[in-house]
Amino acid sequence: MSDARHIPDRLDRPLRRLLRSWEFLLALVAVAIFIANSLASPYFLNPWNLSDATYNFTELGLIAFPMAMLIVAGEIDLSVASTIALASTLMGAAATAGAPIAVLVLIGLVVGLFCGAFNAVLVTRLGLPSIVVTIGTMSLYRGLSYIILGNQAYTAYPTGFAYFGQGYVFWVFSFELVLFVLMAVVFGALQHRTSFGRMVYAIGNNPTGALFSGIRVARVKAILFLLTGLMSGIAAVCLTSRLGSTRPSIALGWELQVVTMVVLGGVDILGGSGTIPGVVLAALVMGLVTFGFGLLNVPGIVMSIFIGLLLIGVIALPRLWSRLKPRGT
Amino acid sequence: MSRALKSREALLGGAILSMVALIAIRFPQFVAPSNLVGTFNDTSPLILLALGEMAVILAKCIDLSVAANLALCGMVAAMMNTMGIPLPLIILAATALGAVVGMVNGLLVWKLDIPPIVVTLGTMTITRGAIFLISGGKWINDQQLSESFKDFPRSVVLGLPVMAWVAIVVALAFAVLIGRTPFGRSLFAVGGNPNAAIYTGINVGRTQALAFTLAGALAGLTGYLWIARYAVAYVDIANGFELDVVAACVIGGISIAGGAGSVAGAVLGALFLGVIKNALPVVGISPFWQMAISGSAILAAVAINARERRRAGRVILKTAESRA
Repeated sequence: MSDARHIPDRLDRPLRRLLRSWEFLLALVAVAIFIANSLASPYFLNPWNLSDATYNFTELGLIAFPMAMLIVAGEIDLSVASTIALASTLMGAAATAGAPIAVLVLIGLVVGLFCGAFNAVLVTRLGLPSIVVTIGTMSLYRGLSYIILGNQAYTAYPTGFAYFGQGYVFWVFSFELVLFVLMAVVFGALQHRTSFGRMVYAIGNNPTGALFSGIRVARVKAILFLLTGLMSGIAAVCLTSRLGSTRPSIALGWELQVVTMVVLGGVDILGGSGTIPGVVLAALVMGLVTFGFGLLNVPGIVMSIFIGLLLIGVIALPRLWSRLKPRGT
Repeated sequence: MSRALKSREALLGGAILSMVALIAIRFPQFVAPSNLVGTFNDTSPLILLALGEMAVILAKCIDLSVAANLALCGMVAAMMNTMGIPLPLIILAATALGAVVGMVNGLLVWKLDIPPIVVTLGTMTITRGAIFLISGGKWINDQQLSESFKDFPRSVVLGLPVMAWVAIVVALAFAVLIGRTPFGRSLFAVGGNPNAAIYTGINVGRTQALAFTLAGALAGLTGYLWIARYAVAYVDIANGFELDVVAACVIGGISIAGGAGSVAGAVLGALFLGVIKNALPVVGISPFWQMAISGSAILAAVAINARERRRAGRVILKTAESRA
C-alpha cells in the first residue's frame, strides 16, 4: 500500500485527461456491450425492450449514488438491502390495513430515513466501525421483517401504487428511469458542485486533517448515512411497487450489487476519490450486461458469478497493471 | 485471579450460564443432559467456523465467504460420496478444497492489496455460483448418500457425537496454535500494528494469507460434517451463516480492528448464539426471531467492546474525532 499519492509535476491537458479517465473507459465498455447485445439478439434494439432493460439498474443506481459518497468519505453501508426489506414489509402491513398510496410512500421514506439514522448514530456518536455496525443492522433490519412476516407475503397493494415501479412518465420513459436521471443530476451536483461534496472528498482523504480544517466530520458522515437510508427507502417504494408483493427475502444480496456498481464506477473502496458520472456509467454497464445475459437465457446465479468476478477484477486489474509497469513512470 | 473473574470470557460464560438457568426454571427439560449435548453438537459447526474467522479477524481482516465455502466443500463431498470414493479421502479433499478457496482470498489480499471485505464479498457470490454450476442446481438427498458417510459425525464416542469432539479437538489445537506458536504471536502483531509488525520482521501479507487458508480449511472440514449431519446438499446451504460466524466472534470479544481476542472468547461467543438458537423453540418463540437477535447481539457486543477500549485510554485524536 502506498502511503502518499503520486503527485504529477503538471496536470494533463483536459482532453488527454478525459481520454485517460476511468469514466471514458467505462463509456467505451458500455458502447461495446450495447453493440454486442444488438448483434447477439434481434430483440435488443426495440425501444420497449430497452426501456425494460433500465429496470435492471434504476433501483440499484438510486442507492449507489449516496453509497458512492459514503464510500468516498471512507465509510460503507451494508444494510441497504435489509433497509429495503424492512421498509417494504412495513409498507405492506400498512397497505393490508388499508392505508392510501401517499401514506405508503411516506412510510417507505420514513423507515429508510430511520434505518439510516440508526446507522449514523452508531457510527458517528458511538464511534463504531461502519463495516461491523452495518453487518449488524443488516441482520437486524431483515430480522425484523422476518419477525413481522415469517414465511408469509403481503400482496394487497392498492392499484394506483403500481405507478412507481410500472408506470411511464411519457412514451417509453418509465417513472423509475426519470427518477434515476433526476437523482443522478442531484447527487452529481451535490458531490461535484457544492462545498458539501468537497468536504466529503476531504474527509475521505484525511479525516484528521479534515477535522482540523474545521469540517464537522461526524455531521457530514451522519448526513451521508441518512441520505443512503432515504434513497434505500425510495428504492423500496419502487421495488415493492414493481413486484406488487413483499417477502422478507426481498432484495436479498443487493448490498453486494450496489457496492460492485460503486466500485466499478471508479470509486476507491478505501475512500477519497470517485465520481458520480462514473457510477452512472457503471449502472449502465451492469444493466446492459444483465439484460444481455437475460436475453441469452443465462440463469441468475451465473450472473451473480459474473458480478463477483467483476467486483474483484475491477479492483485487481489496475493494481496488476501498475505492478507490471516499471516503477517511476 | 480477580482479573480473570472480571475478564470478558468470564462475563460471557456467566451470561450463558444464567441464561441457561433462567430457561431451566420454566423449562427443566432444556437442561436434560441429552438436550445439552444436542445443543453443543448443533453449535459445533459455528464453533469451528468462528475459530477460523477469529484467526482472520485477529490479523485485521474479515472473511465473509466462509459459509459459501462450507456449502461448496459440502456439495463436493456429497458428490464424491455418490461416486463411491472412500470416506477418509472425501474428508481430506473437502478440507483441502476449503483451504484452496481460503488461499485464493488470502492471495488476493496479500499480493494485490485488495480490502478483505471486497475480496470475500466477491468470492462469496462466486463460490455460491460455482456450487450451482457443479451441481446443476440439483439437490443431493438422504437416499443418495451412503450410510458410512452420514454416520461418522453422528456416531457417539464417550457420550459425545464425533462432530462435537471435532469441535473440542480443533478448539484445543487452536489454543496451542494461537497462544504457543510464533504464528499465533504474529497474528496478534499483524492485527495490533501492521507497521510495527513489518519492522519486527513479520511478513504481514503472508500471515494474513495463512489465516485465510486456515479459515478456509476449517470451512471445508465443516462442510463435510454439515452435509453428513443434515443429510442433504443444495446450493443455498448455510446461506447467511457468515453473519452468525462474525457475530460469534464479535460477541466473543474479538476486536474487529484486529489484534485482540482469545480462543475461549470465540468458543463462548458461538455457544451464546447456539444456546439462544436451541432455546427459542423450547421457550416457544418463533425461529424467525433468530436473525434479529443475532443482529442485536452484534451491535451490543461492538458497543461494549468500544466502551472498554475507550476506558483503557488511547490516542486523543481518535476520541476528538468521534465527538466532533
